[in-house]
Amino acid sequence: MKAYLKAVSYYLPKKVLSNKDLNLLFPEWGVEKIAQKIGIEERHIAADDEFASDMGIAAANQLFAEHNIAPGDIDFVLYCTQSPDYFLPSTSCIIQDKLNIPVTAGALDFNLGCSGYIYGLAMAKGLIAAGVAKNILLITSETYSKFMHEKDKGNRTIFGDAAAASLISTDGFAEIGEFELGTNGKGAENLMVKQGGIRYPKTGTEAVSDEYGNQQSEEYLYMNGPEIFSFTSKEVPALITATLKKNHLEKADIGQFIFHQANQFMLEHLRKKIDIPPANFYADMLDVGNTVSSTIPIAIYKAMKANEVPKGAKWLLAGFGVGYSWGATVVSFD
Amino acid sequence: MDIESFVQEFAKQFDDIPAESFTPDTLFKENDEWSSMTALSIIAMVDEIYSVRLTGDDIKKSSTVTDVYNIVAEKANS
Repeated sequence: MKAYLKAVSYYLPKKVLSNKDLNLLFPEWGVEKIAQKIGIEERHIAADDEFASDMGIAAANQLFAEHNIAPGDIDFVLYCTQSPDYFLPSTSCIIQDKLNIPVTAGALDFNLGCSGYIYGLAMAKGLIAAGVAKNILLITSETYSKFMHEKDKGNRTIFGDAAAASLISTDGFAEIGEFELGTNGKGAENLMVKQGGIRYPKTGTEAVSDEYGNQQSEEYLYMNGPEIFSFTSKEVPALITATLKKNHLEKADIGQFIFHQANQFMLEHLRKKIDIPPANFYADMLDVGNTVSSTIPIAIYKAMKANEVPKGAKWLLAGFGVGYSWGATVVSFD
Repeated sequence: MDIESFVQEFAKQFDDIPAESFTPDTLFKENDEWSSMTALSIIAMVDEIYSVRLTGDDIKKSSTVTDVYNIVAEKANS
C-alpha cells in the first residue's frame, strides 16, 4: 500500500522575539550582523504556560480546520518532540484525548529533533505499508526556548518555537518515496541538554562562559555550532547522493530541495557544495528561526503556497542534526 | 597550498578587523569579533577552498593562524 502526504499545517506561538529585542537584551553583541548571516529576523516563543503539546494540539486543530479533516478519521498519532510533558505517560496519549481522536487509534511519542519529520514520514509509510494504519497524524512540536539559558545569546538568536501537523494517508498530494537514514551517537554531546533526565538530575550549577562567550551550564541547551557545521558538511552531501540513488533519480529531477532550515549560512554552504541552483533550493527561516523538527513541514507548506507546484514535481526532503541523526526522502507530486 | 594565501583567506572571515593586520602568528581568537559564527566561517572557507574538513575541536586547539594552517595542510595531504 502506498503512502502519501495528504495535508500539512503549522502553528506559531504568539510572542515574537525580534532582532531588535535581542539587541536591547545584548547591546554589545552585534545581533544584527549575526542574524543577517544566519538569515533570521524573528522567532516565535511559547508563552510561559504554553507547552509543546499545547502547540501540537493547536497545529492539529489548524490541520483539521484548514483541510476539512475530522479527528475521527485519524487511526494513529505520531508525536515528535524533545520537550515531552512528562516522563510518562506518553504525551501522545494526552494529545489523542484532547483532540477527540478515537480510542481505537494507536499513539506514541518519539524523541528526535532536526531529523524528526523525516523519521515521522518513514514510520508513517511503514505503518501504512504494513496495514497497521491508514490515516496517520504526524505532529512535530518543539520548545527549545524553555531549554535555553536567558543569557545564551547565541542559541536564543537561532532557535524558535513552533509545531506542525501533517496527515499521511493512503491517498494524497505527494507519494512518499524511498528513505536513506543515518545515526552517529559520537555527536551526542554537541547538541544536548545534559541535566534533567534520568542519568543526570539537575544540580543547579552556575552558568559559565564557553569559548565563544555564551553562557553555558549542563542544565541548559548546549550546541557546539562549529562541530555541527563540520558534521553536516560531511554527511549531508553523501546523504543527498544516496537518497537520489535509492529513488533512481538525478539531481536535475528534483524540483525543490527542502533541507532542515537550520540557518542561512549553513544552508548556503551546503547548496554550493552539493551544487544545487538557488531556484531549486528552499532557504527561508527569516520569520520563524530554526524550529527544529517543524522546519521541513513549515517549508513544505510555504513552498506550496508560494508557487503552483508543477505536475509530477519531485521534492527531496532532508533532515539532519541533533543526535547526530539524519535522513532524507523524495516526495512525488501527482 | 601556501601560508600567505591561507592567511589572506583566513582574514576575509573577519568583518571588523582589517585583513592587513593578519599574519601567520596572529592569535586569531584574541579579539572582540571572535564568535562561533567566525569559527563556522573558517570551517566553511577551508571546506570550500581546500576541500578539507576542519572540526570545532581543530579550531579549539589552535591559537595562531599557522596552527590552523598546519592542521589543514596535514589533512589535505593524508
